[in-house]
Amino acid sequence: MKTTGEVVGVIANLVTVKTFGPVAQNEICYIELGNIRLMAEVIKIKGENAFVQVFESTRGLGIGAKVEFQGNMLEATLGPGILTRIYDGLQNDLKAMEDVFLQRGTYNDPLDMNSTWEFTPLCNVGDIVVAGNWLGWVPEGWLEHKIMVPFKCKGQYKVKSIKEKGTYKITDTIAVIENEEGEELPVTMIQKWPVKVPVTAFTSKPRPKYTLETGIRAIDTFNPIAEGGTGFIPGPFGAGKTVLQHAISKQADAQVIIIAACGERANEVVETFVEFPELDDPHTGRKLMERTVIIANTSNMPVSAREASVYTAMTIGEYYRAMGYKVLLLADSTSRWAQALREMSNRLEELPGQDAFPMDLSAIISEFYARAGYVYLPNGKTGSVTFLGTVSPAGGNLKEPVTESTKKAARCFYALQQSRADSKRYPAIDPLESYSKYLEYEEIQKTLEEKFGAGWTELVTRAKTYVQRGKEANEQINILGDDSVPVEYHDRFWKSELIDFVILQQDSFDVTDANCPMERQKMMFELVMSICDGKRDFKDFEECSSYYKRLINTLRQMNYSEWKSEQFDKYMNQVNDILNEKK
Amino acid sequence: MSAFQKTYTHLTALTKATVTLKATGAANDELAKVDGRLAQVVKINGNEVTLQVFEGTNGIPTNAEVEFLGHSPMLKVSHELCGRFFDAYGHPLDGADIQGEERETGGPTVNPYKRKQPSELIPTGIAGIDLNNTLVSGQKIPFFADPNQPYNQVMAMVALRADVDRIILGGMGLTNDDYLFYRNAFDNAGVLDKIVAFVNTTDNPPVERLLVPDMALTAAEYFAVDNNEKVLVLLTDMTLYADALAIVSNRMDQIPSKDSMPGSLYSDLAKIYEKAVQLPSGGSITILAVTTLNGGDITHAVPDNTGYITEGQLFLRNDSEIGKVIIDPFRSLSRLKQLVAGKKTRRDHPQVMNAAIRLYADAANAKTKLENGFDLSDYDNRALAFAKDYSERLLAIDVNIPINEMLDTAWKLFAKYFSKSEVAIKEEIMNEFWPKAE
Repeated sequence: MKTTGEVVGVIANLVTVKTFGPVAQNEICYIELGNIRLMAEVIKIKGENAFVQVFESTRGLGIGAKVEFQGNMLEATLGPGILTRIYDGLQNDLKAMEDVFLQRGTYNDPLDMNSTWEFTPLCNVGDIVVAGNWLGWVPEGWLEHKIMVPFKCKGQYKVKSIKEKGTYKITDTIAVIENEEGEELPVTMIQKWPVKVPVTAFTSKPRPKYTLETGIRAIDTFNPIAEGGTGFIPGPFGAGKTVLQHAISKQADAQVIIIAACGERANEVVETFVEFPELDDPHTGRKLMERTVIIANTSNMPVSAREASVYTAMTIGEYYRAMGYKVLLLADSTSRWAQALREMSNRLEELPGQDAFPMDLSAIISEFYARAGYVYLPNGKTGSVTFLGTVSPAGGNLKEPVTESTKKAARCFYALQQSRADSKRYPAIDPLESYSKYLEYEEIQKTLEEKFGAGWTELVTRAKTYVQRGKEANEQINILGDDSVPVEYHDRFWKSELIDFVILQQDSFDVTDANCPMERQKMMFELVMSICDGKRDFKDFEECSSYYKRLINTLRQMNYSEWKSEQFDKYMNQVNDILNEKK
Repeated sequence: MSAFQKTYTHLTALTKATVTLKATGAANDELAKVDGRLAQVVKINGNEVTLQVFEGTNGIPTNAEVEFLGHSPMLKVSHELCGRFFDAYGHPLDGADIQGEERETGGPTVNPYKRKQPSELIPTGIAGIDLNNTLVSGQKIPFFADPNQPYNQVMAMVALRADVDRIILGGMGLTNDDYLFYRNAFDNAGVLDKIVAFVNTTDNPPVERLLVPDMALTAAEYFAVDNNEKVLVLLTDMTLYADALAIVSNRMDQIPSKDSMPGSLYSDLAKIYEKAVQLPSGGSITILAVTTLNGGDITHAVPDNTGYITEGQLFLRNDSEIGKVIIDPFRSLSRLKQLVAGKKTRRDHPQVMNAAIRLYADAANAKTKLENGFDLSDYDNRALAFAKDYSERLLAIDVNIPINEMLDTAWKLFAKYFSKSEVAIKEEIMNEFWPKAE
């Protein structure tokens, strides 16, 4: 029997409902308005009144409207067919909606309930299984989409029956499992999971030990992100957050990419779904769209669904992680999500924290980031969710609550700097402010040294020192004038420019330079570092700057040339010639 | 809603902007008349209903008559809108009522999946826009301008030159003089039948402004969605709109966030700007807005939130070298320009644009050197001379030439002041377009 209720108050999308029975925190309900039903979530309960946030416009709603509580929290529907879809924050399938306008109260199935899939069993009758164990798989694009023991199952189950290899409907029972009390549970290809609850169907979550390549030198070489790690990109508008995230989503070495467009421009989402079906995945050669899911809650869509959108995205990520895949989740922008929390907290008349954000903002953010991770699955295999969020700090000032709270939660920090963006030094990731905590992890250091040779982390640290010293030298030059400082200062400055122009800067609109594989990054980085380690004498600062300018120009041509092509070798020889001048 | 609407005559609370009364059957966002003034339901708590009175509550007695109208703000849409000026409520300012279908303002959102990628160039004749920051149909872009800059003139000029089917003006807090300026400008250009205007002047109560963008965009949707037209919406001044939001939120006892603005400012502005769209049927809504700055401060909450929402911004700047207002090539940005530059325009466009801006930046550096008392090289002097010409002949807002002529002008200036290697454009393009010696 579902609990019912009646609307007794309305302020914008916060509605007060008088309840006639038990309700739960975060329970979903529908409010009747004429012949449509508006979806809402309980966010506070006081006496017999439940306060619900409505995921739609409440225009026209008055007291007395009937409410029906659903007995469940906001759930994601998980099953084969999620990839390539474009969902809104509540997991409605936007492609399947016919109207040009999103009519409120219109909800549809996240998956095609009539689809059929080629099922292959992975277990036998009598097997003992737990939540997250793989019962079988169906091909979803090029991925093996595992059909798992539902995450909500507690304790051990015994497989009573399992379907043979064959084609089945998504809603068909493909297995029956039985718990220790002898209760049978039929399993279909679909399961549901409440989005705000972390999926814990794994045995352990060790510290990350591998890196996740993005093809971006300023990240992979300078401040690598770990597979299963977390990072964030704060930056003022126009600093290139979105271009950077797009580049990562195109190039990253992950099997599933989830893009949560959270409160951002609709035209940017359009760009993704116009481009991705055309572009190739550099790792598999398949179309990028085949490994991508987009959760689009653009800035003009209902604010409360914005909060739901990041959780929906994370839940889908955890679902694919449980299948043993490397998942990368990108959210642009987490500030908009925080603002949605602020609006609701304000209407609930909670005492505000800094900048009117809710007091528990920091806790909410860190709980969310904690859902990422590299895990061991019940069958001993591994999977990961790597999370990268952008932050849009008000006025570009990093001393604001969302940036500060995120800094506590995320392990990588990629600060986009206005001054770098202004001088077109893209990506505008500040080399000195930014950091990756993973570089300090012994596990990661070991991986890096195995991949790139002993002393790699030490080399990276040294590169950062060169950049730092170059910056200091430049300050001296600017204060005292070109002539009044020793030529070594110019040498120091130009070495840092060399690292900046050749390694840190990267042209995301150039076909070759946009994606730099690790082998190439290693070669270029070691080359640049060997140049920096060399000692050269210059008679004056003009000779120094023109020498390094020539070097930089030639090395950049190498970046633009196809790897190990004739052209590439030609420029390499030119670099050697320039270097030989100062032997 | 029932046809019979009860009249209430007992207010239980009054503030500067709101009245509260006991009433049944009121709906959220519904309009009402309080003592003859238009008001809107903003809060329902049991049988207590709070209404926001747009004109303010001066002189309203506790026994004022309150009558609920049974609907939220509406606009009558039809081709009779054309050539007419309306107030914030959609009532004609210039004569007889119009006939048309009544539509609720502030309607639903376009499904992002149904949007088309903007790809049509909107030429304006202004090189600071067409050449450097190309406007694309379905784009939303504001002018960031100081209050003393001639942004209304520039907007009117852009509107009149732009190749669009319909121009919708949403004026918020316009001075009466500026309102008359727009009227005359449209009238003199003989394009009044292309125009629809919704105007809230400084003579009107500030809170009324909140209705203007929704009115303008409802009209825009009628022309773009129902009639597949290319519509250009002008919104001036969005900072004054935001100020009105702050007033209301303050009076509703909401906790302010940065710069005393409501916490929902981003969503409030996004709801308006995201109405810009390229529709699958061919119609489009392009939004050109004005955000006035306080002393050029773009970190203030209004320009800051706007920058995160819009697809770029256009900066106006007084260039003392030539004594004219120019569109600043450094701080201005059109995020959609790469969708048309070199694709819908001549193929040398992106390269010419970048080279000119780079050389202009060299001039800026030379100028700094000069100001700091350092000697200038020959190159610096040529860069400075180029910058002056470039500013005068291309960046100034009074320039009005077709886009190919802008490109040709840029090439002439390159050849006049620089060598080919200094301009550093792809060789193949250079060979085709570099002016032949005469």
